[in-house]
Amino acid sequence: MRLRMRAFVSALALATGIATASLSMSAYADPAPDVGNWQSVLDQARGQTVYWHAWGGEPRINDYIAWAGNQVLERYGVKVIQVKLTDTADAVTKVLSEKTAGVNDGGAVDMIWINGENFAAMKRNDLLFGPWVEDTPNFDYVDVEGKPTVVNDFTVPTDGLEAPWGMAQVSFYYDTAKLDSVPKSAQTLLEWLVKHPGRFTYPQPPNYMGSTFLKQILTELVKDPKVLQQPADEVDAQAVLAPLWGYLEDLQPLLWRNGQAYPQNGAAMRTLLGDNEVDIAFSFSSGEVSSAIEAMELPDTVRSYVFDSGTLGNTNFVAIPYNASAKAGAVVLADFLMSPEAQLRKQDPQYWGADTVLAMDKLPKDMQDAFANLDLGIASLSPAERGTVLPEPHPSWMELVETEWQKHYGVVQ
Amino acid sequence: MLRFVPIITIAFMIGPVSAGLIGTLLPAFGILPALGGTGPGLDPWVTLFEQPGLWHSVRLSLVNGLIASFVSVAIVVLFCAAWQGTRIFRVMQRILSPILSVPHAAAAFGLAFLIAPSGWIARLVAQFSGWDRPPDLAIIHDPLGLAMIAGLVAKEIPFLFLMTLAALPQADTERTARITATLGYGRIAGWFKATLPRIYPQIRLPVLAVLAYSTSVVDVAIILGPTTPAPLAVRILGWLSDPDLALRFMASSAAILQLIIVLMAMVIWMTGEKIIGVIGRHWAENGQRFKRDQGARHGSAVLAILATGAIILGLVILLIWSVAGFWGFPEILPRSFSLRLWQREYDAIGSSLGTTLLIAVPTVIIAVALVLGCLENEVRQAHKPGRGVMWLIYLPLLVPQISFMFGLQVFFTLIGLERTLISVVLAHLVFVLPYVFLSLSDPFRALDPRYGQTALCLGASPSGVFWKVRLPLLTRAILTAMAVGLAVTVGQYLPTLLIGAGRFATVTTEAVALASGGDRRMIGIYGLLQMVLPFAGFACALLIPAILFRHRRGMSAHNRG
Repeated sequence: MRLRMRAFVSALALATGIATASLSMSAYADPAPDVGNWQSVLDQARGQTVYWHAWGGEPRINDYIAWAGNQVLERYGVKVIQVKLTDTADAVTKVLSEKTAGVNDGGAVDMIWINGENFAAMKRNDLLFGPWVEDTPNFDYVDVEGKPTVVNDFTVPTDGLEAPWGMAQVSFYYDTAKLDSVPKSAQTLLEWLVKHPGRFTYPQPPNYMGSTFLKQILTELVKDPKVLQQPADEVDAQAVLAPLWGYLEDLQPLLWRNGQAYPQNGAAMRTLLGDNEVDIAFSFSSGEVSSAIEAMELPDTVRSYVFDSGTLGNTNFVAIPYNASAKAGAVVLADFLMSPEAQLRKQDPQYWGADTVLAMDKLPKDMQDAFANLDLGIASLSPAERGTVLPEPHPSWMELVETEWQKHYGVVQ
Repeated sequence: MLRFVPIITIAFMIGPVSAGLIGTLLPAFGILPALGGTGPGLDPWVTLFEQPGLWHSVRLSLVNGLIASFVSVAIVVLFCAAWQGTRIFRVMQRILSPILSVPHAAAAFGLAFLIAPSGWIARLVAQFSGWDRPPDLAIIHDPLGLAMIAGLVAKEIPFLFLMTLAALPQADTERTARITATLGYGRIAGWFKATLPRIYPQIRLPVLAVLAYSTSVVDVAIILGPTTPAPLAVRILGWLSDPDLALRFMASSAAILQLIIVLMAMVIWMTGEKIIGVIGRHWAENGQRFKRDQGARHGSAVLAILATGAIILGLVILLIWSVAGFWGFPEILPRSFSLRLWQREYDAIGSSLGTTLLIAVPTVIIAVALVLGCLENEVRQAHKPGRGVMWLIYLPLLVPQISFMFGLQVFFTLIGLERTLISVVLAHLVFVLPYVFLSLSDPFRALDPRYGQTALCLGASPSGVFWKVRLPLLTRAILTAMAVGLAVTVGQYLPTLLIGAGRFATVTTEAVALASGGDRRMIGIYGLLQMVLPFAGFACALLIPAILFRHRRGMSAHNRG
């Protein structure tokens, strides 16, 4: 018996030894790739494993990421593993906790699907590697002139620290079998709700989609939308926000559950529409609605639309943390994600249905045709149907709106 | 060597918890160099107390945790008092063990779809009332948190029931019941007056663990709880995942506040115990017989059946969702069925089950080995651990996960162990060890010492007695403990994600990630998958001894634990 115990303890000691050995392995430094010299990047990337932290709530998107991973493995010998997150901020937290512990090399996160506040926070705290984006070959196809948000993330200049991956624009959706006409402005939405109390809601801020709805309303009601492009502390923010609170004063009691409860996120709101608890919902991609119909989450009579005066649009990106273990591999993956081929598949609703960041006129003819021939899906809006794309306000507005909303409506009396 | 096993075991549990608490405590007082916090200060607390509705959240956590725990305990003891030794009791015993393997989140999702205004019960009503849209009623996410309490109660009843079952044999309940009946006491009154005072001290720590869990629960609270505002633990999680990194300081203070709330809940609970003890003594001695307790007996059965029925029905509905086509209100069943998503997830299912086992197998083996070492040491040293040690063993279950998990992540990163299998196993051990200890210690201690003494007299060495006498006699108890341990590791979300840095995609991390997409089909698939391994574990714990000992009738009696 005693002998066995000794054997067990020595096994434990051995295990700890292995752990210490792995410490020295994980702490190796990955030299920053020289992105200007593309061949050197490819050489450095070969054999690396990229841990890509990306929201994992949508099987289609997970499948697309798996496909992209297989492609770069075949072409460049880079292995990609998706770390499925429930919230992008978890990856930010991860990098932060590593910085706290002094792990400035060999970090756990190699790439993050990111935008907006998360990007602004990482940039502000020097948690990103770069600049590297503008030296990648496929960045040449990106529509920098036509889609200014590909280099301005919620008005914050990307400075080559994140590569544009997809375009998003707010669109509303409803079941055509249940509604004949739909409100297409903030004001008519309110009037419609007076007649149909309880049949609309928005995800609870600070959820991303909920805050987006508030920003959409704000952008529509504010006298001069340009003021939202400046940081909130540079103007009289309370005066700018006053029309929003006035509007919500009327809207809140008319919401689903009288505004006493909210769906947790965009997906939960979509479920409410599927359950016939609400009549109108919204998302950041009309392709997502087509996907949901195909996944039988929504009836096939659901269609998308936008507000008459336009809806908010932005770009989502991929970024590389400053302490990533496989920076070259991540750069190669990011470059592939911007390639016409990967972007074409991404826009195809069969696989995903998200809008491309590329400029059609910069593409080779055959790729232009391929994009033009895509069948976008029954509830997706074509570029012509999307109307005006409104710019996202500066991230400070989002933070301010979220805090103030919490004060006004976060606690039901 | 054996003498050191208890110390090693305690170190495995206390080490990570204290390291994690320090990692939370420092930023709570402004120290987090990576974010520029170098000097100690109270700013995080000032910001925390300025949060709108903070005290509302605190009250929700505290009051709802206390109510949920009280109701669960009340239903369990009432049911035991009313039905112990009857057939319905044995049936319940058999149904409740597998329910223990249902993850909290899956049970909560099932319950949500059962009772929500667009849920299955409302759809049933709609068939007769002609509703074509769900009523706009706050049944789930209600501001008072009643749905959340219901979810917690339904899920805690099986745990407390099994803990009570384990305690019953030590209290000589059957003869007690006979005596109280002879003296003319009603079933319930007899049990409450003569048996409960002996049972309660045995289940007290599990009850406190339930209380700690209920006051700091996250997943059930997100699915069923109020949102304006949410209970504190949910808000902490939100602050921790806010893009504004400066909120980390405040979140850490809140995590410490959460710990204080749990401690407060325990103090309130223990004060309540004292008061009930004093009143109970007078009541026990007043001689009242309460002979007519039919109403209460049936009431307790109805409540217990309602709770289990809700979970089982919820699971059946999840199963239906996993193969459902479009399923709108007010349809009782989906319009069509399809195995599409099961097929699509086929590969992912295989690999996530594999990863889950990769973590679970070493964790469970180490846990069982350590616990057996502790218990064997106890027998050889011939002394039982004091109450203080029992508290230490329960510590990981009493300290809210959210209060130390983020700190622990930093600690593991510091010592370079983060994202290795070893660190994930270590993090899981913290939670597995207490449960394995709980489920193994009673049968081990209840084993008749005369078997060992006889073997020693016949010339066997002490280790020979352990390997050839005690272990075989305890086969079923050990397998059950392993199944319990397996169920616990499978359910771990935060430790796996944070400590494993996303390198370990288990059934549970996948389930939670996909649940954020909101498709009930995926939730159904992964909710069921989360149950597969624990369920298989419990089945093995039943089947293996039955096969091993099919020719030994006596073994079935010795291995009831």
